[in-house]
Amino acid sequence: MTASKKIGQQTIAFSNPPVIVSTATVVGPEEGSGPLAAFFDKILDDDRYGEKTWEKSERRMLEDTMKMCLQKGGVQETDVDYMLAGDLLNQIVSANYTAKVLGIPFLGLYGACSTMYESMALGAMLIDGGFAEYVLVGTGSHYATAERQFRLPVEQGAQRTLTAQRTVTGTGAMLLASQGEGPRITHATVGKVIDLGQSDPMYMGAAMAPAAADTLTTHLKDIAGEPSAYDLIITGDLGVYGKKLTLELTKQKGMDIKDNYTDCGILIYSPDQDTHAGGSGCGCSAVVTCGQIFRQLQAGKLKRVLGIGTGALLSPLTTGQGESIPGIAHAVAMETA
Amino acid sequence: MIFAKAFIIGGLLCVVAQLLMDLTNYKVTPSHILVGFVTSGVILSAIGIYQPLVDFAGAGATVPLSGFGHLLAQGALDKVQTTGLLGAFSGGVASAAAGITAAIVFGYLVALAFRPKA
Amino acid sequence: MVGVKDSQPAEIQNRQYKLLVDRVKPRPTLARNVFWAFVVGGSICLVGQFISVFFSSLGLNLEETGAATASTLVFLAAVLTGLGYYDEITKLGGAGGIVPITGFANAMVSPAMEYKTEGLVMGVGAKLFTVAGPVLVYGIVAAWLVGLIYYLVL
Repeated sequence: MTASKKIGQQTIAFSNPPVIVSTATVVGPEEGSGPLAAFFDKILDDDRYGEKTWEKSERRMLEDTMKMCLQKGGVQETDVDYMLAGDLLNQIVSANYTAKVLGIPFLGLYGACSTMYESMALGAMLIDGGFAEYVLVGTGSHYATAERQFRLPVEQGAQRTLTAQRTVTGTGAMLLASQGEGPRITHATVGKVIDLGQSDPMYMGAAMAPAAADTLTTHLKDIAGEPSAYDLIITGDLGVYGKKLTLELTKQKGMDIKDNYTDCGILIYSPDQDTHAGGSGCGCSAVVTCGQIFRQLQAGKLKRVLGIGTGALLSPLTTGQGESIPGIAHAVAMETA
Repeated sequence: MIFAKAFIIGGLLCVVAQLLMDLTNYKVTPSHILVGFVTSGVILSAIGIYQPLVDFAGAGATVPLSGFGHLLAQGALDKVQTTGLLGAFSGGVASAAAGITAAIVFGYLVALAFRPKA
Repeated sequence: MVGVKDSQPAEIQNRQYKLLVDRVKPRPTLARNVFWAFVVGGSICLVGQFISVFFSSLGLNLEETGAATASTLVFLAAVLTGLGYYDEITKLGGAGGIVPITGFANAMVSPAMEYKTEGLVMGVGAKLFTVAGPVLVYGIVAAWLVGLIYYLVL
């Protein structure tokens, strides 16, 4: 049997494109004072969210986001066939504990900061394959939990380099369904792990840009389309310098995307928030996609969007051992009728 | 004037560290700088360069972490003179005991009393 | 222009890409960083000098003055870290906030405070030494070696 829904090298064209029924977002105070504030459902005053540990704060944000998403979609937990989620913490604890509370059959994912798009692609496959009617997907990150796992304790003094990015405190969730009203997921391109030998954990845009450029060019080749086929092409969390590198790399592969290309990590903060190169983390592409992109698709302001979730697959263990940082990127095409 | 000298020499030592961080790659972290300074302090002290700097600049030379290395080295050297080989084991930490104890005690108490803010 | 082509061997791709990455990478604001490292680091030493003059005016001898000054600075830095201000000092001053003994205190308190949620023994107790551990190891080993060499050549 051939893979009848697969086109080209790595792309899936859904025969019954799954619908994005609803989304929900919760963000921290820093993100809530950024330029995208109007697109978020809930902005916290305190990023502790009343919890004793940062990990619990992140978990409660994810839990609330998932519940809010179901509520907005008018669907009960018991109606949902699968929940796909992941996060940045070791053993994806935030997703695991959230799944425990929701009681939905759960598949845990780890794609670093690409997790939102990984879960969207897989969720859409489960639905189009006829394995599910409703799939709840989502992810999130928290500045304080990521800092202490990957970098330094928050109160330890250090001068961050200009290429460093700030981990977004934010969680996003999306309810996918086989039918209903809303923007649809038409294509998904599953990316390969690409590593061009970059190993600076403070310059992750450079580690991820080759994967983003590879997935993007493969996707366009697979659908035999030009970059102008989309109103917007948006990468996950490459930041200012990762975006420049992606532009350069795609140009070298013979594609010019500069007219309709941007990055979630650049959009989420304004330059005067002093985050240096922008935002990063699972929450970055999650809240921008579930917030701004979804609402603009819904309102018809955007017709066709190609989102590319980007992940830097580093662990403090391997960077400590001097290994390079592999990158991954998954693309999902969203379209509104 | 000792105050001006403390400011200038202390500032210059920090400039050396800043250049080490900015002009090398990301692998030189603040922890490497601190370890490097304490070790350099020990060596410079042992070859007789650090004491004149302390005489000249006071706190400008003792407050940077190289001053901690100087303290360790001088303690070991002095003790070797009076008690022989055993002094190499006891002298260094003994002379720096107040600083070490203060760092542990105050560090412990503050860690108990406060919570980090993101 | 630097070209990264899929057809190239991985080594060459990596080297070509590194050239591109370095070209895109912003230069650190060196002059500004050096200026603030000097001012912040110098100021902390100046405060140390004032404290040391104060203690010696109380009649403490040289050794006692040094110990009292170091302890006071460590105390101040620990409290500033607890209140959440010391990281701001280092953000501005860079090495000026790291190299003085106050930076050492900050590097002890901040992980201990952060990992308090993992308990008093393996959290606070162990993490106090994340940075202090290596500093003490290298300082003490170097001083011991110096003592040993001095003993052997004496």
